[in-house]
Amino acid sequence: MTFQDIVFYFFAIILILSALGVITSRNPVYSALLLVLSFVTCAGLWLLLEAEFLAITLVLVYVGAVMVLFLFVVMMLDINLDRLREGFWKWFPFGALIAIVLVAEMAMVLMGGNFGLDQMPAPSPQAADYSNTKELGRLIYTEYVYAFELAAVILLVAMVAAIALTLRKRMDKRSPDPSKQVAVKSEDRLRIVKMASERKE
Amino acid sequence: MNTVPPDLTSAYPEIFLLAMVCVVMLADLVAGEKRRYVAYYLAQLALLGCALLTFTSLSTETSYTFSGMFVDDPMSDILKLLVYGTVVSVLVYSREYISSRGMYTGEFFSLILFATLGMMVMISASHFLTLYLGLELLSLSLYALVALRRDTVIATEAAMKFFVLGALASGFLLYGMSMVYGATGSLHVAVVSEAIKSGVLSHEVLVVGLVFIVAGISFKLSAAPFHMWAPDVYQGAPTAVTLFISSAPKLAAFGFVMRLLVEGLGEMVADWQGMLIILAVMSMAVGNLAAIAQTNVKRMLAYSTISHMGFLILGLISADWNGYSSAMFYTMAYVLMTLGTFAIIMILSRDGFEAENINDFKGLNKRNPWYAFITMLLMLSMAGIPPMIGFYAKLSVLQAVLNAGFVWLAVVAVLLSVIGAFYYLRIIKLMYFDEPESFDPISPQTDVKVLITINGVAVLAFGLFPQTLMALSLYAIERSM
Repeated sequence: MTFQDIVFYFFAIILILSALGVITSRNPVYSALLLVLSFVTCAGLWLLLEAEFLAITLVLVYVGAVMVLFLFVVMMLDINLDRLREGFWKWFPFGALIAIVLVAEMAMVLMGGNFGLDQMPAPSPQAADYSNTKELGRLIYTEYVYAFELAAVILLVAMVAAIALTLRKRMDKRSPDPSKQVAVKSEDRLRIVKMASERKE
Repeated sequence: MNTVPPDLTSAYPEIFLLAMVCVVMLADLVAGEKRRYVAYYLAQLALLGCALLTFTSLSTETSYTFSGMFVDDPMSDILKLLVYGTVVSVLVYSREYISSRGMYTGEFFSLILFATLGMMVMISASHFLTLYLGLELLSLSLYALVALRRDTVIATEAAMKFFVLGALASGFLLYGMSMVYGATGSLHVAVVSEAIKSGVLSHEVLVVGLVFIVAGISFKLSAAPFHMWAPDVYQGAPTAVTLFISSAPKLAAFGFVMRLLVEGLGEMVADWQGMLIILAVMSMAVGNLAAIAQTNVKRMLAYSTISHMGFLILGLISADWNGYSSAMFYTMAYVLMTLGTFAIIMILSRDGFEAENINDFKGLNKRNPWYAFITMLLMLSMAGIPPMIGFYAKLSVLQAVLNAGFVWLAVVAVLLSVIGAFYYLRIIKLMYFDEPESFDPISPQTDVKVLITINGVAVLAFGLFPQTLMALSLYAIERSM
């Protein structure tokens, strides 16, 4: 057993245990934290596959952003744990069945003759100074620049669509208009009227 | 590590359109509520500019750019020009409709142009990645367009159905593509084709991928048994959007099918032929039989679209130049007919009233004989009665099927389209032999009047002289495949 194998099994065991913990833990905060742990160990596995950039992205995006938001929501909301756990055992056989089918399918694909290691041998490892990130950047901006730009356009469409569908100008809402506030002059607000001084009689 | 910058010349129309969409969005923001026509005219200008760019650089040979992700060939040029023409007509037809329903906004035009860009990308894609991205660009814009009248429950419901089922279809497509990638090791259409030709790959994996790809395509084409979204979306979407969904995207879908099935997986014709036969027969049966029971015109036309898609697929089954070009001719004919029909529905509607029921066509001849005549031409063409263009479209597809030796298939197709003729003729009967229920004047704008007349006459004229369009599609297919 090489060192790499040991690292792999180490990460894999932690991944499976923490994933099990996510669904069995009684406290949703623990569940979220265990999900963070499983993401981090997953990133470790990707590092073993020499996908450094994806591993870092997983940690930054999922652990750093998505899971923090998730934790916020979990902590902010008053979740009734008993209600949440209702029907767990009722649906457990169904969920377990799906999990078993998934595992069996993956095993059939990976161990079968079509996608096994003899059909698709592992690529030879790169040298230590090889930069995954640099290579990815080079490809995105050269060979895949067209697809990359298209993805950007799709995100733009998503923005336009989201704004078009949700922006609602409410007529009954009274809110200050900053541009009008800035443009205001003292004459608009205050009128100085000349009048004769009054005297107490 | 020097890389050659891609040759941008063949992608000028796409680049120009993208720049113009941004201009439309910004100009609409500056022009404000009072001057919405700025966005309208800029959108038309953008499409005309694209047409000019495509027309001045018509290619006679196939050329690739962007490291083989973008292909420019006669078929892509012709399909793109047809798409521009269709979108221009859609905008002209729908202008009055959207302005009376609070949809006359910059977003409407920018989303339509984004969808057009997606169609152009699909038409000239030669890489699975760009095929998929173009499709998503088109679909996302369409989902948003359907939901644009978010205060209408029926439109929101239609948009939800469209979105969920469309996402499912995209998933199917991607899964199939990933299987093909797994087997061939490439996403380039040409390389995939070469790899399959070599014959050393696992046929099993390829067929699994093919099944999912065909399922995804038929979702997008709204071919039975993956047609469930079409009637709800056609009925629920604002008519202007229905007009758009039912016309231009079909041209793009034809291009998409040609690139994916014929260019990429053409070596597996023996496998997909059978699948397409099932799809074609089911579409024609479901479309024509279900349309009879509809009382809503938009729903009826949705089922009619399904049956037309069955015919389109029929053209692909023979898997030769004749078949492909007849399918292309059929697509052009279908787009011409559907544009006219939805335009008629829109001019019959007015503010606060949607002419959606077939009874709204009652006595149209007494209200306006000219529009009744044009509707009759369109309905006869849809039913496939000579000398309309729809007849020649059906005829050329059936000839291709017969040449390929599927006599029973041609018989089934003819029988089903005879059944289908019933609901088209019913509209003609309502228009000419029934008393009108309302005498509201029908007075569209002049540009709509002119275009609708051209559209109706074209259905007849191309039916009398179908050679031009047929030669055009044959040229496109011969030079590109």
